[in-house]
Amino acid sequence: MTFDADAVASSVAEGIAAIEQASSMEELKAIKSKYAGAGSPMTLASKAIGSLPKESKKEAGKVMGKLRADFGRAYGTKEAQVKAEEEARELAAETVDMTLPVTRKPLGARHPLPKLMEDVEDFFVGMGWQISDGPEVETEWFDFDALNFGPDHPARQMQDTFYVKGNQAKDAAGFVGSNMVMRTQTSSDQVRGLISHGVPLYIACPGRVFRTDELDATHTPVFHQVEALAVDKGLTMADLKGVLDKLAVAMFGPEAKSRLRPSYFPFTEPSAELDLWFPDKKGGPGWIEWGGCGMVNPNVLRSAGIDPDIYTGFAFGVGVERTLLLRHDINDMHDLVEGDVRFSEQFVMGE
Amino acid sequence: MPMVDMGWLREHVEVPENMTYEELARDLVRVGLEEEEIHKSDVTGPIVVGYVVDATPEPQKNGKTINWCHIDVGDKYNAVDEKGNKVPRGIICGAPNMKAGEKVVVTLPGAVLPGDFKIEPRKTYGHISDGMCASERELGLGDSHDGIILLREYGFTPEEYEALKPGDDAMHLLHLDEPILEINVTPDRGYAFSYRGIAREFHNSTGAAFTDPVTDLNDRAPQLEEQAGGSHDIDVIIDDDNPIHGVVGCDRYYARALHGYHPGSPTPNWMRHRLSRAGMRSLSLPVDVTNYVMLDLGQPMHAYDLDKISGPIVVRRARAGETLVTLDGKKHDLDPEDLLITDSPNGEQGSRILGLAGVMGGQYGEVTDETTNILLEAAHFDQVTIARSARRHKIPSEASRRFERGVDTQIQPAAAQMAVDLLEKYGQAQPSDTPRDVNNVQRIRPIVFKASEVKRLTNLDLDINEISDILTDIGCSVAGGGNGEFSVTAPSWRPDLTQACDLVEEVARIYGYDRIPIRVPHAPVEGHVGLTADQLHKRQVADELAEYGLVETLSYPFVGNADYKNFQIDSEAIEKVSVEIVNPLAGDRPFLRRELLLTLATTIQRNIHRGIDNVSCYEIGHVYLADPNAPAVPALPGAVKPSDEQLAALDAGLPDQPLHVAAILTGNAQDDGWLGDRRAVDWTDAVEAVRRIAGRIGASIELDQSKPEEFEAAWHPGRSARIMAGDMQVGMVGELHPKVDDALGFPHHSAAFEIDLTALFGTLSNKPVQAKPISTFPPVKQDLAFTVPTSVTAHELTEAIRKAAGDMLETIELFDVFTGEQVGDNKKSLAYAVTFRAPDRTLTSQDSEAIRARIVSQAAALGAQLRA
Repeated sequence: MTFDADAVASSVAEGIAAIEQASSMEELKAIKSKYAGAGSPMTLASKAIGSLPKESKKEAGKVMGKLRADFGRAYGTKEAQVKAEEEARELAAETVDMTLPVTRKPLGARHPLPKLMEDVEDFFVGMGWQISDGPEVETEWFDFDALNFGPDHPARQMQDTFYVKGNQAKDAAGFVGSNMVMRTQTSSDQVRGLISHGVPLYIACPGRVFRTDELDATHTPVFHQVEALAVDKGLTMADLKGVLDKLAVAMFGPEAKSRLRPSYFPFTEPSAELDLWFPDKKGGPGWIEWGGCGMVNPNVLRSAGIDPDIYTGFAFGVGVERTLLLRHDINDMHDLVEGDVRFSEQFVMGE
Repeated sequence: MPMVDMGWLREHVEVPENMTYEELARDLVRVGLEEEEIHKSDVTGPIVVGYVVDATPEPQKNGKTINWCHIDVGDKYNAVDEKGNKVPRGIICGAPNMKAGEKVVVTLPGAVLPGDFKIEPRKTYGHISDGMCASERELGLGDSHDGIILLREYGFTPEEYEALKPGDDAMHLLHLDEPILEINVTPDRGYAFSYRGIAREFHNSTGAAFTDPVTDLNDRAPQLEEQAGGSHDIDVIIDDDNPIHGVVGCDRYYARALHGYHPGSPTPNWMRHRLSRAGMRSLSLPVDVTNYVMLDLGQPMHAYDLDKISGPIVVRRARAGETLVTLDGKKHDLDPEDLLITDSPNGEQGSRILGLAGVMGGQYGEVTDETTNILLEAAHFDQVTIARSARRHKIPSEASRRFERGVDTQIQPAAAQMAVDLLEKYGQAQPSDTPRDVNNVQRIRPIVFKASEVKRLTNLDLDINEISDILTDIGCSVAGGGNGEFSVTAPSWRPDLTQACDLVEEVARIYGYDRIPIRVPHAPVEGHVGLTADQLHKRQVADELAEYGLVETLSYPFVGNADYKNFQIDSEAIEKVSVEIVNPLAGDRPFLRRELLLTLATTIQRNIHRGIDNVSCYEIGHVYLADPNAPAVPALPGAVKPSDEQLAALDAGLPDQPLHVAAILTGNAQDDGWLGDRRAVDWTDAVEAVRRIAGRIGASIELDQSKPEEFEAAWHPGRSARIMAGDMQVGMVGELHPKVDDALGFPHHSAAFEIDLTALFGTLSNKPVQAKPISTFPPVKQDLAFTVPTSVTAHELTEAIRKAAGDMLETIELFDVFTGEQVGDNKKSLAYAVTFRAPDRTLTSQDSEAIRARIVSQAAALGAQLRA
């Protein structure tokens, strides 16, 4: 066995050239076996070094070390490159169309009405008020008498009330019935709140109310209101206006504001209709009716055993449906009340 | 509600000449008279005066006779003959009162009448009718359709009538082109049901000069001395033996006679026109005059035929058993609370009923075509008495509407004077100067009014003189004021002003609500703030179900027989414990739901009918559980706090109204489209929803399938379970009975649940979770498969394993359930993966063997055998 440095160098150079041409790991492995494996000129030459004279061994070893390193470097570089290419090919083969719809666990939807009531609740909670609620089938006392609607008050007959059947009770005017009604207004919670919590009191009462209106594009016999009531020392109509303006902004954006117009409710005095300046009104910004309000009538405070000479209060009520119709440009009440899933689905989780 | 005609309003207040109805509405709204609508005529011309040149009757085969007429409608609108001459138009008219020589109202081709009725030439009865002669109804002027309008009968003076020429614009003549404002009057402002009251409000809003018509009328009304002695038109006795709330039903009765009235005198055109614009028909001059006075001054009046009345007139309550047929022909059984106007034939006092006071007259004693002597009644009745009678007999009238809101107690002589003036002028009647005035009106109690109340309620900083001026301007008499305290007497037309706060409202509204400053109050932070636990949990349940994939909907709570039938409910039994509405909107759904599922099902049905697949919805709302043995709810007065016992009695009579959540799932539970996973709804979907709800709010629930024969019939007996929170049932979950699915048109195996959230929330402690330490020692995992009788539930076996394993059990998961030949008849296999772990050491094989042995023996008690 002879050591032919030139022959080995030429073989290694040939191997390196082959490596550079390779494009797969299989080729690379074959090249490695051919030029660096057992029986390759490089391996044979290494073995042949043993038979060289001592003074040549060192020089030959040096030569072989360099050749091996050159080969290894070329191989390593190419191997990394080929591996990266192969991985890229494999991953490319796994490419999918990410725009395909994926609905394994589809979201349902909240109805916008209870969701809006939650927003309104959060508005009041944010001001430190409490949220309270009362029964929907209510005694006439809480719905009317306590609110200064006497049994013969003309307004009591104007409320389009659903009366609960009964024959055991007589009302103060002697008419036989149950003395119960489907509450016509969330104001029925006012005196409940005052009696159960006392003063000072800052409460909002969101809830369902009932009037004998046939369902049409703008009316529904079952609808929702949010009543707000504050009773404390030193409250005035100025405070009422302040809270209304804030609520208007919370519901309709920074441009919104409120306006009061003289009106009449048995349970407030002074009383006012509440108009809203609605910047997004169709056909240009303008005032629209939003609810009723006023300073709590002393007789209502007396119904709860509170001295009207010491305490004053304000109350207001706004229609939730009306707010929704305006905010979301809903043109027909039917959409709100029919429970068609396509309606709720537009709002998803109500955000 | 009242109509406001600007011309009429100008009689009392200076309304600017060029003011529009929109501007008028704006000025009135500022002081609280709300605009209902500005009515604009939807009639367009040409509509002209026509002169009937000839009218040829042509009998028809159908028995009717029509007239073929030639009507001169003036040069501009007349027809043109072959020679180019203007000739009268040919018009067919079927009205019985058509005849040659009349002046009529002709609507010509191009005109549009109410109801989008377009006038065009049309061929009818063998002629071309080139226009139409109109009736009142066709022009939207009233109800009359007995014949066409004959202008001769329309209240024009002979000179005015003569001046009407063919072709004159009848739109303007009949005021068809004039808008009118309808306002809403709140119940406290009875006085605004009159031009006098509206004019005063216009003055309050704008400062325009106002002249109270009553001042001048009072000056001209006969001044009466003490009447006990001298003669007068008729005797009047007020004899109220049953006053309501101690208030006598009639505190003033003013009667004045007129003699020598010319029967059948026509109502002048201007009055007719004003009445018609107010929505009232012209009937006869005396009736028209009383209506006119009522609209103008707000005093309802009645005109009797004096010759038919036998004095004295007695104002008394009805006696049980009495009846009255009112003017509208309806018979009423009278109530001892009804106040009557009666007279006294044959000396029997109060024996003949003339009418229901302040509500509606009866048929006897009315003014007729023959009446020559008239008795006018201008009275003042108690608001409550009138309100109850109108309510009891369901006859709200123009009179009762005013009396129940409160009529001025001081205008009766003025109202009668105004009526007398008109009847004298247009009916040649001679008024008497000896009216009868029974006047027991109580003096109005002054209100003690601290000027500082204005600031206390409105935060308006007004000068004391400013406050006094405003109150004086609205008609109050204001005395005192030295120490900041007034004695304010409300005007006689404002019975609503009784408390200091009423006066504050007057000051604030006249000064302007828009001038009240703005301030935001700060609620004191005391006690609980934020949402209550229940309020929070309600939101969590709502969000959880939507996140689970269901759609939230709302439904009306009204149910009836059809719903009961769909749900296999015995209607007789459920109606006894249901709240029933006296006046339901839909007669077949008079009850309130006891379960949400009944009304939710209707929502699902509606969606399915609209072609929507896979409908799964939930609803959160109240149900109403009536107790037939609940005590009666007492009637209590307002403005007084009830005693604790009374408050308890109010609530005791109310039905329970717990908050529920319910869902119905139909169609596919899973359908991911191209991914290909598709599965129909079954009981598991409802159970998972229920478990998610419980998990979300931290409630602990179990399902109980025992005694399925006791389930309500709406549920699938083998695929439903009670939802239990401890020992309390809080709901049902499972599949609906196939019969229910069939009745509602739902696919079989539709799933549902209903939970009483009020009850479930009540089981929550709402305390922070107390955490267990996390062990870092290694677990021991084992699989255990048991063969058990099918009667043993997975829950029972799981609980047995849990109990046997004790604290060492970390997790237990049921990973396989199967039945079949391998396990044998009436048996099933349940396979669990369990993980044991100790908190303080590594479990040895002896430890795990011991646990396993305990499990096997505990399971054996249920008849379960560990499979090899």
